[in-house]
Amino acid sequence: MAETGNAAQSAVSFDLTQFYGVFFEEAAENLASMEGLLLAVDVAEPVEEDLHAIFRAAHSIKGGAATFGFADVTELTHELETLLDKLRRHELSITSLMVDTLLEAGDTLKAQLARHRGEEGAEVQGTAELVERIRALARGEAGAGAAAAPAGRILDILVGPLEDPAFADLLFELFRDVPDMGSIEATDGGKPDEAGMRRFRASTPFGDDEIRDLFSFHVPREQVHIHPAHGPMHPGAAGAPGAAESPASAPADDGFGFFVDPAEARAAATAPAPAPAPAAAKPAERAPKGDRAPTGGIDSSTLRVSVDKVDQLINLVGELVITQAVLAQSAKGLDPVRDQSLVSGMSELERNTRSLQEAVMSIRMIPMAVVFNRFPRMVRDLAAKLGKQVELRTEGEATELDKGLIEKITDPLTHLLRNSVDHGVETPDKRRAAGKPETGIVWLSAAHKGGSIVIEVRDDGAGLPRDRILAKARAQGMDVSDDMPDTDVWNLIFAPGFSTAEIVTDVSGRGVGMDVVKRNITALGGTVEISSEPGEGTCMSVRLPLTLAIMDGMSVGVAGETYILPIGSVVESFQLVDGAVRGMAGQGNVVKVRDEYLPELAMREFFAVPPDAPAPTEEVMVVIEADGARVVLRVDELLGQHQVVVKNLETNYRKVPGIAGATILGDGHVALIVDCGALVKRSRH
Amino acid sequence: MKNDTLEGRTAATEEFLSFRLGAEEYGIDILKVQEIRGYEAVTRIANAPSFIKGVTNLRGTIVPIVDLRLKFGLGEPTYDSFTVVIILNVARRVVGVVVDSVSDVTELTAEQIRPAPDFSTGVDASYIRGLGTAGERMLILMDIEKLMSAADMALMDKVAA
Repeated sequence: MAETGNAAQSAVSFDLTQFYGVFFEEAAENLASMEGLLLAVDVAEPVEEDLHAIFRAAHSIKGGAATFGFADVTELTHELETLLDKLRRHELSITSLMVDTLLEAGDTLKAQLARHRGEEGAEVQGTAELVERIRALARGEAGAGAAAAPAGRILDILVGPLEDPAFADLLFELFRDVPDMGSIEATDGGKPDEAGMRRFRASTPFGDDEIRDLFSFHVPREQVHIHPAHGPMHPGAAGAPGAAESPASAPADDGFGFFVDPAEARAAATAPAPAPAPAAAKPAERAPKGDRAPTGGIDSSTLRVSVDKVDQLINLVGELVITQAVLAQSAKGLDPVRDQSLVSGMSELERNTRSLQEAVMSIRMIPMAVVFNRFPRMVRDLAAKLGKQVELRTEGEATELDKGLIEKITDPLTHLLRNSVDHGVETPDKRRAAGKPETGIVWLSAAHKGGSIVIEVRDDGAGLPRDRILAKARAQGMDVSDDMPDTDVWNLIFAPGFSTAEIVTDVSGRGVGMDVVKRNITALGGTVEISSEPGEGTCMSVRLPLTLAIMDGMSVGVAGETYILPIGSVVESFQLVDGAVRGMAGQGNVVKVRDEYLPELAMREFFAVPPDAPAPTEEVMVVIEADGARVVLRVDELLGQHQVVVKNLETNYRKVPGIAGATILGDGHVALIVDCGALVKRSRH
Repeated sequence: MKNDTLEGRTAATEEFLSFRLGAEEYGIDILKVQEIRGYEAVTRIANAPSFIKGVTNLRGTIVPIVDLRLKFGLGEPTYDSFTVVIILNVARRVVGVVVDSVSDVTELTAEQIRPAPDFSTGVDASYIRGLGTAGERMLILMDIEKLMSAADMALMDKVAA
């Protein structure tokens, strides 16, 4: 295959590197879908279409890699393709060993691609051993090395001499009860020969030693004789050597399937599982077109566009909305009778602009499946490492979320999920003792609720240990009491002090960087809530705004300037009453709000309003909350509440202390969005 | 031969946008200029240096506005309908600079550009590429990209390399 790659490269001498990005993106998507499908494969009853889809994924990666001359990727995918081709043509049946090996190959491909992309730290170990194992699997033979058990072998098994030949019949139960063991049939009609020997033919992925171990439940080890079978058990399960001559694959090998001999075509039709169409089964590298046909429908329904273009579109539409608002403002003075057509045109324009804005914003929305798809693998690996049985159930994968948010929510979600598997779900024996099924279940769900998306990570584990959390909090010197409501207790685990390694082991977890999770989610304008029942499990629910680009804001006036406070941070506002603000030993002022004294921050001072600005006629206090702390802001006036389109200040300028971003108001002016977290932090120090 | 000389001349010619700061005439590479606009209301940025007037909305993009007259202490920082803002594309950013007035676009050949002496202007000599002579006029050719990326312009978080 390396030759194909080089040939393609030299023939096409123009600069291919410009397409690398697209290839890497596609390859990553293909690998992800391959992994997802592999994890979903039911070894006993693989879904026909899934096997084809896995093959297609490997095939497209190979095609791309060959075009760009990535010889190592091409070589590995070529072997994968050979194996997958046999699987989809039912020349081999899939085993869990194959799934593991294919997953491993997927990881290796990821590493190879990362290296080609020039990522640092991406090292690729030799693939020779892996390639050899895949080849062995594809041959349907015993793999290289002890770890690689043979897959789908057909064995002649001789058992005896036996005193009671009936014992051998117990072997049938063995094959029925042990998962993935395969099948067995008697070849002697159930009767022993003169020497008391019984003959069987078995199809199994298990190794000889494993078979002997299992058989030894019923018959002595030394009485079991295992030989590879000399004829296929049934035509479809034959290994590679037989397959080349079998009628099912003959038309596939000699050309395009258009000139199939009628007799052969009949043979193909009666073969156990013929490829769905002759064209799909032909050697892929010679004419990949035919193989693309099944995926054509998917390809043509999507369009790959760079995010920059979409963002540009969003900016332009934002601009259009503002222009429309300015126009509407000046059109207010129109006489509805005299300028009737103009007035109706204006309202038409407004409606169209709004729908255009909504449509454009929806381009950035991508389904949660992008995030969810990576978790089955992680949960599987983690559970195996911890010796737990965990099943991950996901729902709401189709729920859409802004691309920027999706990228940022992945890490916190990974953390929550890992916590659930690590600390939520108990070990199998603990679960058995508690009268629960040994397999714990972790649910991951996403759903739209109102203007936000709610993502839940729920487990049916032991629940949060209230007493130990309280004890730990007390040991940490936190102000807690035994009759605190549950929700307050659960929120303690978000406290920064709860995230040291020592506490994780003591409280049996849930402390690992939970403060970081909470902080990240808060930074996205979201919230986390915990509910937990002892013995029933724990549920972490994350609520996020639908998009980062639009935010609900409260605009406040400070000396003629407009600032936007994120509405999520605003707790309440009230008129300044005489005597409410008190000095505190030169440490600034405090305001009594209900029964609490909160630090006061004068926006005029914080934003260094020029001294010549007119004095405020009246002042309003706004209580804001961020990072669990509250501060009272003193502003001149409240201007109103509205949705604002968040713009980055750093694109053309720099980070400004106390400012999270900017937005463009209805009149075209820029207003700054206040970073409440920074303000709170500032007033506390 | 004639063609050769012509091509040679074109390759060596650069175009400069000339503008005034007080009594001095400056020139900047025309390729860095995106557009020229009138001065519009800006939003003040708290605690920024006085020569950074604030940020403005340029067709949906937030653009900082720098008054070069304030930065270099030249000319009269007045703002009216005649005040001109040059929108620059430098260091992959969009920045607006306020100047007294924009004159024209001048073509200069390599021979017309002379090295600048170390003194003479309000602008730090390291941001001066040279002096251009066009007839009676003398243009102070400014390396606008270097100037805008400079740490003391306080326009960027990190100084562009």
